[in-house]
Amino acid sequence: MKYLLLTSWLLFASFAAHGVIETYQFDTDLQRARYHHFIEELRCPKCQNQNLSGSDSAISQDLRRQIHRMIMDDKSDIEITQYMVARYGDFILYRPQFNAATAVLWLAPLGLLLLGILIWWRMAAMRARPKLTVEQTLSPAEAQRLKQLLSDDETVGKDGDDK
Amino acid sequence: MSKGQIMQRFKLFIPLLVFVALAAMFFGVERRVQRGEYTPTDLPSALLNRPLPDFSLPALDDGRLLSKADIQGELFLLNVWATWCPTCHYEHPFLVKLAEQGVKIYSVDYKDNAEAARRWLVEKGNPYVATIFDEAGNFGLDLGVTGAPETYLVDSSGIVRFRYQGALDQQIWDREFAPIIADLAGEASQ
Repeated sequence: MKYLLLTSWLLFASFAAHGVIETYQFDTDLQRARYHHFIEELRCPKCQNQNLSGSDSAISQDLRRQIHRMIMDDKSDIEITQYMVARYGDFILYRPQFNAATAVLWLAPLGLLLLGILIWWRMAAMRARPKLTVEQTLSPAEAQRLKQLLSDDETVGKDGDDK
Repeated sequence: MSKGQIMQRFKLFIPLLVFVALAAMFFGVERRVQRGEYTPTDLPSALLNRPLPDFSLPALDDGRLLSKADIQGELFLLNVWATWCPTCHYEHPFLVKLAEQGVKIYSVDYKDNAEAARRWLVEKGNPYVATIFDEAGNFGLDLGVTGAPETYLVDSSGIVRFRYQGALDQQIWDREFAPIIADLAGEASQ
């Protein structure tokens, strides 16, 4: 299972390799995969919405070089992430850590989903209600009156059509 | 019209109300962008209210090694610049003016050519107490620099109090820097 996961992940990561034309040397495929994972997952601090792999800016080049250096120095993923967040803040992470400042980002979709369900549920309930009330609350006298009104209306309608 | 009918009518206008609210919000943001009060590309510095990172780099003029201890002590500005940066050309005269007014400015010459940078300071005037020559950009990385120019306000205990991305001018100085410096002076005198 672990092997399968790693293989599929490597397969995914290899697509990312076409993002930038830079050649870094790695000792193992895992190092290469980690490098590509990082440049896909980290945002270019100078750009509004580009990851490091897609950006040609000078700062992205520096950060890619730094990631390569840290991977070759056997730094862990957590160390690399902490290094980046300490310098560029949560902005650099495309998947920001959950904390007070980013709670809105994580919870807003859930909140909107709940709001949608609530509205849908209310509308469904409203649509179902009128039928029941009409059928159940008419007394015999009211039914009689309704029938009379309807037949009155019909005769008026006919007169109207003739003109 | 019954209360129920009024409610039904009102519901028809909800999309319009949402549109008007959003339009007002976007218009407000756009106004602030045009007035220069808000720049969406600016990032809050991760160094804010944290100590300036340590460094050991040569001075641009004579190559002696500088470290954080050499520049720390009083409130100062740390200006990140380079000769390849067009906005730095625009900013430079204002820095010279600030230095004449007695503001202490250190600088980081970021990923630059030393020869060209020295010539720049001779030709355009040197507002800096000392210039740290960061050829590889490693100190820039530690500062969280995303480009040049950037200016950091560092207080007397070496804590970064403010970072501005882009060129300084009188307006930005009065609006962004002056209140923070006044606050710091107030804290110090208490």
